[in-house]
Amino acid sequence: MRTIRRTTTLVAGAAAALLTLSACGGDSDPLEQDTGDSGEDTASDTIVVGSQAYYSNEIIAEIYAQALEADGFTVERNFSIGQRDAYMPALENGEVQVIPEYTGNLLQYFDPETTATSAEDVYAELANAVPESLAVLEQSPATDQDSYNVTADFAESEGLTSIGDLAGIDGLTVGGPAELEERPYGPQGLADVYGVDVAFEATGDTTVQDLVAGTVDVANVFSADPRIQTEDLVTLEDPEGLFLASNVVPLVGADVVEDVAAVIDPVSAALTPEGLVDLNVQSTEEQRSSEDIAADWLAENGLA
Amino acid sequence: MDLFAEAIAWIFSTDTQSGSLPLSEAIATHLAFTVVSVLIAAVIAVPAGWLVGHTGRGREIAVGLSGAARAVPSFGLVLLLVLVFGVTHKVGASTTAFVLLAIPPILAGAYSGVEAVERRIVDGARAVGMTSSQVLGKVEIPLGLPLLIGGLRSATLQVVATVTLAGYVGSWGLGFYIVQGIQIRDFAQILGAALVIVVLAVLLDLLFALAERAVVPRGVRAGRDGR
Repeated sequence: MRTIRRTTTLVAGAAAALLTLSACGGDSDPLEQDTGDSGEDTASDTIVVGSQAYYSNEIIAEIYAQALEADGFTVERNFSIGQRDAYMPALENGEVQVIPEYTGNLLQYFDPETTATSAEDVYAELANAVPESLAVLEQSPATDQDSYNVTADFAESEGLTSIGDLAGIDGLTVGGPAELEERPYGPQGLADVYGVDVAFEATGDTTVQDLVAGTVDVANVFSADPRIQTEDLVTLEDPEGLFLASNVVPLVGADVVEDVAAVIDPVSAALTPEGLVDLNVQSTEEQRSSEDIAADWLAENGLA
Repeated sequence: MDLFAEAIAWIFSTDTQSGSLPLSEAIATHLAFTVVSVLIAAVIAVPAGWLVGHTGRGREIAVGLSGAARAVPSFGLVLLLVLVFGVTHKVGASTTAFVLLAIPPILAGAYSGVEAVERRIVDGARAVGMTSSQVLGKVEIPLGLPLLIGGLRSATLQVVATVTLAGYVGSWGLGFYIVQGIQIRDFAQILGAALVIVVLAVLLDLLFALAERAVVPRGVRAGRDGR
Protein backbone atom coordinates (compact mmCIF):
# COMPACT_ATOMS: atom_id res chain seq x y z
CA MET A 1 0.00 0.00 0.00
CA ARG A 2 2.79 2.31 0.98
CA THR A 3 4.46 1.95 -2.40
CA ILE A 4 1.23 2.48 -4.24
CA ARG A 5 0.46 5.60 -2.25
CA ARG A 6 3.95 6.79 -2.81
CA THR A 7 3.69 6.28 -6.54
CA THR A 8 0.37 8.08 -6.63
CA THR A 9 1.88 10.97 -4.73
CA LEU A 10 4.79 11.05 -7.16
CA VAL A 11 2.48 11.05 -10.15
CA ALA A 12 0.33 13.72 -8.58
CA GLY A 13 3.43 15.71 -7.77
CA ALA A 14 4.72 15.41 -11.31
CA ALA A 15 1.37 16.47 -12.68
CA ALA A 16 1.29 19.41 -10.32
CA ALA A 17 4.82 20.32 -11.33
CA LEU A 18 3.83 20.21 -14.98
CA LEU A 19 0.83 22.41 -14.33
CA THR A 20 2.96 24.84 -12.36
CA LEU A 21 5.52 24.96 -15.15
CA SER A 22 2.97 25.47 -17.87
CA ALA A 23 1.40 28.24 -15.81
CA CYS A 24 4.75 29.97 -15.48
CA GLY A 25 4.33 33.69 -15.63
CA GLY A 26 6.27 36.64 -14.32
CA ASP A 27 5.13 36.15 -10.73
CA SER A 28 4.98 32.42 -10.37
CA ASP A 29 7.82 30.58 -8.74
CA PRO A 30 8.89 27.28 -10.31
CA LEU A 31 11.18 26.56 -7.38
CA GLU A 32 8.44 26.72 -4.80
CA GLN A 33 8.41 23.49 -2.86
CA ASP A 34 5.41 21.34 -2.09
CA THR A 35 4.55 21.42 1.55
CA GLY A 36 3.93 17.69 1.54
CA ASP A 37 1.83 15.66 3.93
CA SER A 38 1.85 16.73 7.53
CA GLY A 39 2.09 14.64 10.65
CA GLU A 40 -0.61 12.79 12.50
CA ASP A 41 -3.09 14.22 14.96
CA THR A 42 -1.96 14.73 18.49
CA ALA A 43 -3.76 14.60 21.78
CA SER A 44 -4.46 18.01 23.25
CA ASP A 45 -2.41 17.48 26.42
CA THR A 46 0.85 17.09 24.50
CA ILE A 47 2.82 19.92 22.96
CA VAL A 48 4.38 19.34 19.55
CA VAL A 49 7.69 21.13 19.15
CA GLY A 50 9.05 21.48 15.65
CA SER A 51 12.32 22.75 14.21
CA GLN A 52 13.80 23.88 10.94
CA ALA A 53 16.25 21.69 9.08
CA TYR A 54 19.12 23.71 10.56
CA TYR A 55 21.27 22.35 13.38
CA SER A 56 21.23 25.57 15.41
CA ASN A 57 17.45 25.78 15.24
CA GLU A 58 17.16 22.17 16.32
CA ILE A 59 19.24 22.84 19.45
CA ILE A 60 16.92 25.70 20.43
CA ALA A 61 13.89 23.51 19.76
CA GLU A 62 15.40 20.81 21.96
CA ILE A 63 15.88 23.37 24.74
CA TYR A 64 12.20 24.35 24.47
CA ALA A 65 11.21 20.68 24.51
CA GLN A 66 13.26 19.79 27.58
CA ALA A 67 12.15 22.92 29.42
CA LEU A 68 8.52 21.99 28.73
CA GLU A 69 9.10 18.42 29.85
CA ALA A 70 10.73 19.64 33.06
CA ASP A 71 7.55 21.59 33.71
CA GLY A 72 5.40 18.50 33.33
CA PHE A 73 4.28 18.73 29.71
CA THR A 74 4.31 15.74 27.40
CA VAL A 75 6.34 16.79 24.41
CA GLU A 76 6.37 15.35 20.95
CA ARG A 77 9.38 16.31 18.83
CA ASN A 78 8.97 16.93 15.13
CA PHE A 79 12.41 18.22 14.19
CA SER A 80 14.12 19.09 10.91
CA ILE A 81 10.84 19.66 9.11
CA GLY A 82 12.44 21.85 6.48
CA GLN A 83 12.27 25.51 5.72
CA ARG A 84 9.51 28.03 6.31
CA ASP A 85 7.37 27.05 3.33
CA ALA A 86 7.36 23.49 4.59
CA TYR A 87 6.42 23.90 8.24
CA MET A 88 4.22 27.01 8.24
CA PRO A 89 1.07 25.15 7.11
CA ALA A 90 1.63 22.56 9.86
CA LEU A 91 1.82 25.38 12.43
CA GLU A 92 -1.25 27.11 11.11
CA ASN A 93 -3.41 24.00 11.37
CA GLY A 94 -2.06 23.10 14.79
CA GLU A 95 -0.02 19.99 13.99
CA VAL A 96 3.08 21.75 15.27
CA GLN A 97 2.56 24.10 18.20
CA VAL A 98 5.97 25.53 19.05
CA ILE A 99 8.93 26.28 16.77
CA PRO A 100 11.97 28.52 17.19
CA GLU A 101 11.90 31.31 14.65
CA TYR A 102 13.86 34.44 13.75
CA THR A 103 12.03 37.77 13.90
CA GLY A 104 13.40 39.48 10.78
CA ASN A 105 13.17 36.56 8.42
CA LEU A 106 9.76 35.61 9.76
CA LEU A 107 8.46 39.15 9.33
CA GLN A 108 9.77 39.16 5.78
CA TYR A 109 7.87 35.92 5.16
CA PHE A 110 4.57 37.43 6.27
CA ASP A 111 5.24 40.95 4.98
CA PRO A 112 7.84 41.04 2.18
CA GLU A 113 7.46 44.82 1.83
CA THR A 114 8.49 45.62 5.39
CA THR A 115 10.98 48.43 5.96
CA ALA A 116 11.58 47.80 9.68
CA THR A 117 15.15 46.80 10.53
CA SER A 118 15.71 47.45 14.25
CA ALA A 119 14.98 44.64 16.69
CA GLU A 120 12.13 46.58 18.40
CA ASP A 121 10.43 47.69 15.19
CA VAL A 122 10.67 44.24 13.67
CA TYR A 123 9.21 42.59 16.76
CA ALA A 124 6.38 45.13 16.97
CA GLU A 125 5.46 44.66 13.32
CA LEU A 126 5.80 40.91 13.58
CA ALA A 127 3.28 40.72 16.43
CA ASN A 128 0.70 42.24 14.06
CA ALA A 129 1.78 40.33 11.00
CA VAL A 130 1.37 36.76 12.24
CA PRO A 131 -1.92 35.04 11.33
CA GLU A 132 -4.64 34.84 14.02
CA SER A 133 -4.02 31.19 14.74
CA LEU A 134 -0.40 31.92 15.70
CA ALA A 135 1.44 34.14 18.16
CA VAL A 136 5.01 35.07 18.97
CA LEU A 137 6.29 34.93 22.55
CA GLU A 138 8.91 37.34 23.93
CA GLN A 139 11.93 37.66 21.67
CA SER A 140 15.33 36.58 22.86
CA PRO A 141 18.40 38.84 22.83
CA ALA A 142 20.08 36.05 20.83
CA THR A 143 20.27 36.78 17.11
CA ASP A 144 21.10 34.77 14.05
CA GLN A 145 21.20 37.22 11.19
CA ASP A 146 23.35 38.42 8.34
CA SER A 147 26.37 40.38 9.50
CA TYR A 148 29.61 41.79 8.16
CA ASN A 149 32.77 40.34 9.65
CA VAL A 150 36.47 41.07 9.38
CA THR A 151 39.50 39.28 10.74
CA ALA A 152 40.67 40.35 14.20
CA ASP A 153 44.00 41.49 12.72
CA PHE A 154 42.31 43.71 10.17
CA ALA A 155 39.95 45.12 12.79
CA GLU A 156 42.87 45.98 15.02
CA SER A 157 45.13 47.51 12.39
CA GLU A 158 42.32 49.68 10.98
CA GLY A 159 40.59 50.32 14.30
CA LEU A 160 37.28 48.83 13.20
CA THR A 161 34.29 48.25 15.45
CA SER A 162 31.37 49.35 13.31
CA ILE A 163 30.55 49.03 9.60
CA GLY A 164 30.88 52.80 9.25
CA ASP A 165 34.58 52.58 10.19
CA LEU A 166 35.19 50.94 6.81
CA ALA A 167 34.40 54.20 5.03
CA GLY A 168 37.47 55.71 3.45
CA ILE A 169 39.46 52.48 3.23
CA ASP A 170 40.38 51.98 -0.43
CA GLY A 171 40.22 48.75 -2.37
CA LEU A 172 37.91 46.82 -0.07
CA THR A 173 36.32 43.62 -1.31
CA VAL A 174 33.25 42.14 0.32
CA GLY A 175 32.64 38.42 -0.01
CA GLY A 176 29.44 36.47 0.38
CA PRO A 177 26.99 34.28 -1.48
CA ALA A 178 26.35 35.31 -5.09
CA GLU A 179 22.95 36.80 -4.21
CA LEU A 180 24.49 39.26 -1.73
CA GLU A 181 25.20 41.54 -4.68
CA GLU A 182 21.45 42.00 -5.19
CA ARG A 183 20.37 42.19 -1.54
CA PRO A 184 19.37 45.52 0.07
CA TYR A 185 22.25 45.11 2.54
CA GLY A 186 24.74 44.27 -0.24
CA PRO A 187 27.37 46.57 -1.79
CA GLN A 188 24.72 49.13 -2.76
CA GLY A 189 23.34 49.27 0.79
CA LEU A 190 26.86 49.65 2.19
CA ALA A 191 27.41 52.66 -0.03
CA ASP A 192 24.00 54.23 0.64
CA VAL A 193 23.82 53.72 4.39
CA TYR A 194 27.45 53.91 5.49
CA GLY A 195 29.25 55.50 2.53
CA VAL A 196 31.45 52.42 2.27
CA ASP A 197 32.58 51.58 -1.26
CA VAL A 198 33.40 47.95 -1.88
CA ALA A 199 33.96 45.59 -4.76
CA PHE A 200 31.94 42.39 -4.66
CA GLU A 201 33.31 38.87 -4.87
CA ALA A 202 31.05 35.82 -4.82
CA THR A 203 32.61 33.37 -2.41
CA GLY A 204 29.77 30.87 -2.06
CA ASP A 205 30.34 28.22 0.56
CA THR A 206 33.91 29.26 1.28
CA THR A 207 33.20 32.82 2.47
CA VAL A 208 34.85 32.35 5.87
CA GLN A 209 37.89 30.60 4.38
CA ASP A 210 38.21 33.42 1.85
CA LEU A 211 38.15 36.01 4.61
CA VAL A 212 40.80 34.16 6.59
CA ALA A 213 42.94 33.66 3.47
CA GLY A 214 42.61 37.34 2.64
CA THR A 215 40.98 37.06 -0.78
CA VAL A 216 38.19 39.24 0.62
CA ASP A 217 38.39 41.89 3.37
CA VAL A 218 34.82 41.81 4.64
CA ALA A 219 32.58 38.73 4.76
CA ASN A 220 28.84 38.25 5.03
CA VAL A 221 28.40 35.52 7.67
CA PHE A 222 25.47 34.57 9.93
CA SER A 223 26.02 36.18 13.30
CA ALA A 224 25.68 32.90 15.21
CA ASP A 225 28.18 31.06 13.00
CA PRO A 226 30.63 29.26 15.30
CA ARG A 227 33.50 30.13 12.99
CA ILE A 228 33.24 33.78 14.13
CA GLN A 229 34.56 32.41 17.42
CA THR A 230 36.84 29.65 16.16
CA GLU A 231 38.42 31.68 13.35
CA ASP A 232 38.79 34.79 15.50
CA LEU A 233 36.56 37.09 13.43
CA VAL A 234 35.14 40.41 14.48
CA THR A 235 31.49 41.16 13.72
CA LEU A 236 31.12 44.83 12.82
CA GLU A 237 28.35 46.70 14.61
CA ASP A 238 25.43 47.92 12.54
CA PRO A 239 24.14 51.06 14.31
CA GLU A 240 22.21 52.28 11.24
CA GLY A 241 20.25 49.06 10.88
CA LEU A 242 21.51 48.00 7.46
CA PHE A 243 20.67 44.40 8.29
CA LEU A 244 17.21 43.25 9.22
CA ALA A 245 17.38 42.32 12.91
CA SER A 246 16.60 38.65 13.38
CA ASN A 247 16.26 37.67 17.01
CA VAL A 248 15.35 34.20 18.10
CA VAL A 249 11.63 34.14 18.85
CA PRO A 250 9.29 31.24 19.63
CA LEU A 251 6.38 31.01 17.20
CA VAL A 252 3.52 29.17 18.88
CA GLY A 253 -0.10 28.23 18.26
CA ALA A 254 -2.46 30.87 19.68
CA ASP A 255 -4.27 28.20 21.72
CA VAL A 256 -1.17 27.17 23.70
CA VAL A 257 0.28 30.63 24.44
CA GLU A 258 -1.08 30.60 28.00
CA ASP A 259 0.43 27.19 28.71
CA VAL A 260 3.92 27.55 27.31
CA ALA A 261 4.76 31.24 27.74
CA ALA A 262 5.63 30.83 31.43
CA VAL A 263 8.13 28.10 30.53
CA ILE A 264 9.66 29.43 27.32
CA ASP A 265 9.89 33.16 28.08
CA PRO A 266 12.61 32.60 30.73
CA VAL A 267 14.48 30.43 28.21
CA SER A 268 14.37 33.21 25.63
CA ALA A 269 15.53 35.74 28.20
CA ALA A 270 18.49 33.57 29.21
CA LEU A 271 19.64 32.87 25.65
CA THR A 272 22.22 35.52 24.72
CA PRO A 273 23.91 36.09 21.35
CA GLU A 274 27.18 34.72 22.74
CA GLY A 275 25.27 31.86 24.33
CA LEU A 276 23.77 30.88 20.98
CA VAL A 277 27.18 30.90 19.28
CA ASP A 278 28.44 28.75 22.13
CA LEU A 279 25.65 26.22 21.58
CA ASN A 280 26.51 26.09 17.89
CA VAL A 281 30.20 25.60 18.65
CA GLN A 282 29.34 22.61 20.83
CA SER A 283 27.47 21.11 17.89
CA THR A 284 29.89 21.80 15.03
CA GLU A 285 33.23 21.64 16.84
CA GLU A 286 32.59 19.11 19.58
CA GLN A 287 30.00 17.06 17.66
CA ARG A 288 27.71 16.83 20.69
CA SER A 289 24.08 15.85 20.27
CA SER A 290 21.40 18.49 20.66
CA GLU A 291 19.92 16.56 23.63
CA ASP A 292 23.17 16.84 25.60
CA ILE A 293 23.78 20.45 24.62
CA ALA A 294 20.24 21.43 25.60
CA ALA A 295 20.32 19.54 28.91
CA ASP A 296 23.63 21.15 29.92
CA TRP A 297 22.50 24.60 28.92
CA LEU A 298 19.25 24.34 30.90
CA ALA A 299 21.13 23.08 33.96
CA GLU A 300 23.72 25.87 33.72
CA ASN A 301 20.99 28.48 33.52
CA GLY A 302 19.00 26.97 36.35
CA LEU A 303 15.98 26.38 34.14
CA ALA A 304 15.56 22.64 34.62
CA MET B 1 6.55 31.75 -23.21
CA ASP B 2 6.72 34.95 -21.18
CA LEU B 3 9.69 33.62 -19.31
CA PHE B 4 11.59 33.00 -22.55
CA ALA B 5 10.90 36.55 -23.70
CA GLU B 6 12.11 37.84 -20.34
CA ALA B 7 15.19 35.66 -20.51
CA ILE B 8 16.07 36.99 -23.95
CA ALA B 9 15.42 40.51 -22.71
CA TRP B 10 17.73 39.81 -19.75
CA ILE B 11 20.56 38.77 -22.07
CA PHE B 12 20.35 42.02 -24.02
CA SER B 13 19.49 44.35 -21.14
CA THR B 14 21.96 46.97 -19.96
CA ASP B 15 21.83 45.55 -16.42
CA THR B 16 24.00 42.66 -17.52
CA GLN B 17 26.71 45.06 -18.68
CA SER B 18 27.29 46.39 -15.18
CA GLY B 19 27.44 44.67 -11.81
CA SER B 20 30.33 42.70 -10.36
CA LEU B 21 30.40 40.39 -13.38
CA PRO B 22 29.40 41.88 -16.74
CA LEU B 23 27.96 39.36 -19.19
CA SER B 24 30.87 39.76 -21.62
CA GLU B 25 33.32 38.94 -18.83
CA ALA B 26 31.22 35.97 -17.76
CA ILE B 27 31.29 34.58 -21.31
CA ALA B 28 35.03 35.24 -21.58
CA THR B 29 35.84 33.49 -18.29
CA HIS B 30 33.47 30.65 -19.14
CA LEU B 31 35.23 30.08 -22.46
CA ALA B 32 38.67 30.52 -20.92
CA PHE B 33 37.96 27.81 -18.33
CA THR B 34 36.69 25.54 -21.10
CA VAL B 35 39.53 26.06 -23.56
CA VAL B 36 42.34 25.90 -20.99
CA SER B 37 40.90 22.79 -19.34
CA VAL B 38 40.46 20.94 -22.64
CA LEU B 39 43.96 21.96 -23.83
CA ILE B 40 45.63 20.74 -20.64
CA ALA B 41 43.62 17.54 -20.79
CA ALA B 42 44.64 17.07 -24.44
CA VAL B 43 48.33 17.53 -23.67
CA ILE B 44 48.06 14.74 -21.12
CA ALA B 45 45.58 12.39 -22.78
CA VAL B 46 46.47 12.54 -26.49
CA PRO B 47 50.07 11.23 -26.27
CA ALA B 48 49.00 8.68 -23.69
CA GLY B 49 46.13 7.53 -25.90
CA TRP B 50 48.34 7.27 -28.98
CA LEU B 51 50.85 5.22 -27.07
CA VAL B 52 48.17 2.88 -25.76
CA GLY B 53 46.62 2.52 -29.21
CA HIS B 54 49.97 1.97 -30.94
CA THR B 55 51.47 -0.52 -28.53
CA GLY B 56 48.25 -2.08 -27.26
CA ARG B 57 49.81 -1.93 -23.80
CA GLY B 58 47.84 -0.55 -20.88
CA ARG B 59 44.64 -0.75 -22.86
CA GLU B 60 42.67 -2.24 -19.96
CA ILE B 61 43.91 0.50 -17.66
CA ALA B 62 42.93 3.21 -20.15
CA VAL B 63 39.49 1.70 -20.71
CA GLY B 64 38.89 1.22 -17.00
CA LEU B 65 40.19 4.65 -16.14
CA SER B 66 38.07 6.47 -18.69
CA GLY B 67 35.01 4.48 -17.66
CA ALA B 68 35.48 5.06 -13.96
CA ALA B 69 36.28 8.74 -14.32
CA ARG B 70 32.91 9.33 -15.94
CA ALA B 71 31.24 8.36 -12.67
CA VAL B 72 33.01 11.08 -10.67
CA PRO B 73 30.48 13.69 -9.51
CA SER B 74 31.83 16.95 -10.89
CA PHE B 75 30.19 19.26 -8.35
CA GLY B 76 31.68 17.37 -5.44
CA LEU B 77 35.04 17.31 -7.17
CA VAL B 78 35.07 21.09 -7.68
CA LEU B 79 34.23 21.79 -4.04
CA LEU B 80 36.60 19.13 -2.77
CA LEU B 81 39.52 20.46 -4.81
CA VAL B 82 38.80 24.04 -3.71
CA LEU B 83 39.03 22.90 -0.11
CA VAL B 84 42.14 20.81 -0.77
CA PHE B 85 43.96 23.51 -2.79
CA GLY B 86 42.78 26.30 -0.51
CA VAL B 87 40.61 29.27 -1.41
CA THR B 88 43.54 31.24 -2.79
CA HIS B 89 43.79 28.71 -5.62
CA LYS B 90 40.17 28.49 -6.68
CA VAL B 91 40.97 28.93 -10.36
CA GLY B 92 43.54 26.14 -10.26
CA ALA B 93 41.24 23.88 -8.29
CA SER B 94 38.30 24.39 -10.63
CA THR B 95 40.51 23.96 -13.71
CA THR B 96 41.93 20.73 -12.30
CA ALA B 97 38.43 19.38 -11.80
CA PHE B 98 37.49 20.22 -15.40
CA VAL B 99 40.74 18.72 -16.72
CA LEU B 100 39.98 15.46 -14.91
CA LEU B 101 36.54 15.56 -16.48
CA ALA B 102 37.92 16.15 -19.98
CA ILE B 103 40.63 13.47 -19.95
CA PRO B 104 38.48 10.30 -20.35
CA PRO B 105 36.76 11.19 -23.64
CA ILE B 106 40.00 12.54 -25.15
CA LEU B 107 41.94 9.46 -24.06
CA ALA B 108 39.26 7.23 -25.53
CA GLY B 109 39.27 9.18 -28.80
CA ALA B 110 43.05 9.05 -29.09
CA TYR B 111 43.53 5.34 -28.50
CA SER B 112 40.47 4.14 -30.34
CA GLY B 113 41.43 6.26 -33.35
CA VAL B 114 44.84 4.60 -33.56
CA GLU B 115 43.43 1.21 -32.77
CA ALA B 116 40.73 1.43 -35.40
CA VAL B 117 43.21 1.71 -38.27
CA GLU B 118 42.94 -1.44 -40.34
CA ARG B 119 45.69 -3.98 -39.57
CA ARG B 120 46.27 -4.45 -43.32
CA ILE B 121 47.24 -0.81 -43.67
CA VAL B 122 49.60 -0.96 -40.71
CA ASP B 123 51.14 -4.15 -42.07
CA GLY B 124 51.50 -2.47 -45.45
CA ALA B 125 53.27 0.47 -43.90
CA ARG B 126 55.68 -1.87 -42.12
CA ALA B 127 56.20 -3.79 -45.37
CA VAL B 128 57.39 -0.71 -47.24
CA GLY B 129 60.02 -0.28 -44.52
CA MET B 130 58.52 2.29 -42.14
CA THR B 131 59.87 2.25 -38.60
CA SER B 132 57.48 1.87 -35.68
CA SER B 133 57.44 5.61 -35.01
CA GLN B 134 56.90 6.34 -38.71
CA VAL B 135 53.92 3.98 -38.71
CA LEU B 136 52.49 5.88 -35.75
CA GLY B 137 53.27 9.34 -37.09
CA LYS B 138 52.46 8.89 -40.77
CA VAL B 139 49.73 6.28 -40.77
CA GLU B 140 48.01 5.66 -37.47
CA ILE B 141 47.76 9.23 -36.17
CA PRO B 142 46.47 10.83 -39.40
CA LEU B 143 43.96 8.04 -39.97
CA GLY B 144 42.85 8.22 -36.35
CA LEU B 145 42.38 11.99 -36.31
CA PRO B 146 38.60 12.01 -36.94
CA LEU B 147 38.03 9.83 -33.86
CA LEU B 148 40.43 11.97 -31.81
CA ILE B 149 38.60 15.13 -32.81
CA GLY B 150 35.38 13.36 -31.87
CA GLY B 151 36.84 12.75 -28.40
CA LEU B 152 37.89 16.38 -28.09
CA ARG B 153 34.43 17.37 -29.22
CA SER B 154 32.61 15.44 -26.52
CA ALA B 155 35.15 16.56 -23.90
CA THR B 156 34.59 20.21 -24.84
CA LEU B 157 30.83 19.88 -24.69
CA GLN B 158 31.00 18.22 -21.31
CA VAL B 159 33.36 20.86 -19.95
CA VAL B 160 31.49 23.88 -21.34
CA ALA B 161 28.38 22.64 -19.56
CA THR B 162 30.19 21.79 -16.34
CA VAL B 163 32.10 25.08 -16.07
CA THR B 164 28.72 26.37 -14.86
CA LEU B 165 29.70 24.89 -11.49
CA ALA B 166 32.53 27.40 -11.20
CA GLY B 167 29.82 29.91 -10.34
CA TYR B 168 29.43 28.17 -6.99
CA VAL B 169 32.97 28.99 -5.91
CA GLY B 170 33.63 32.43 -7.38
CA SER B 171 32.52 35.39 -9.50
CA TRP B 172 33.13 33.91 -12.91
CA GLY B 173 31.51 31.99 -15.69
CA LEU B 174 27.86 32.01 -16.66
CA GLY B 175 27.04 29.78 -13.70
CA PHE B 176 27.39 32.82 -11.44
CA TYR B 177 24.12 34.21 -12.79
CA ILE B 178 22.38 30.89 -12.28
CA VAL B 179 23.61 30.49 -8.69
CA GLN B 180 22.62 34.08 -7.92
CA GLY B 181 19.33 33.85 -9.79
CA ILE B 182 18.17 30.80 -7.84
CA GLN B 183 18.62 32.62 -4.53
CA ILE B 184 16.98 35.88 -5.59
CA ARG B 185 14.35 33.97 -7.59
CA ASP B 186 15.13 35.80 -10.82
CA PHE B 187 14.08 33.18 -13.31
CA ALA B 188 14.67 35.35 -16.36
CA GLN B 189 18.31 35.61 -15.28
CA ILE B 190 18.63 31.85 -14.69
CA LEU B 191 17.11 30.96 -18.05
CA GLY B 192 18.98 33.75 -19.84
CA ALA B 193 22.34 32.50 -18.57
CA ALA B 194 21.40 28.92 -19.40
CA LEU B 195 20.50 29.95 -22.95
CA VAL B 196 23.87 31.65 -23.40
CA ILE B 197 25.58 28.43 -22.28
CA VAL B 198 23.52 26.48 -24.81
CA VAL B 199 24.52 28.88 -27.57
CA LEU B 200 28.20 28.53 -26.61
CA ALA B 201 27.90 24.75 -26.61
CA VAL B 202 26.23 24.68 -30.03
CA LEU B 203 28.85 27.03 -31.52
CA LEU B 204 31.73 24.95 -30.14
CA ASP B 205 30.11 21.78 -31.42
CA LEU B 206 29.76 23.32 -34.86
CA LEU B 207 33.47 24.21 -34.88
CA PHE B 208 34.40 20.64 -34.06
CA ALA B 209 32.03 19.27 -36.68
CA LEU B 210 33.86 21.33 -39.28
CA ALA B 211 37.26 20.29 -37.90
CA GLU B 212 36.28 16.62 -38.00
CA ARG B 213 35.56 16.92 -41.70
CA ALA B 214 38.70 18.90 -42.39
CA VAL B 215 41.08 16.39 -40.81
CA VAL B 216 40.08 13.42 -42.95
CA PRO B 217 43.28 12.81 -44.98
CA ARG B 218 43.02 13.73 -48.65
CA GLY B 219 43.69 10.18 -49.80
CA VAL B 220 41.00 8.74 -47.61
CA ARG B 221 38.45 11.27 -48.78
CA ALA B 222 39.36 10.63 -52.42
CA GLY B 223 38.92 6.91 -51.81
CA ARG B 224 35.51 7.46 -50.21
CA ASP B 225 34.29 9.77 -52.97
CA GLY B 226 35.42 7.32 -55.60
CA ARG B 227 33.24 4.56 -54.26
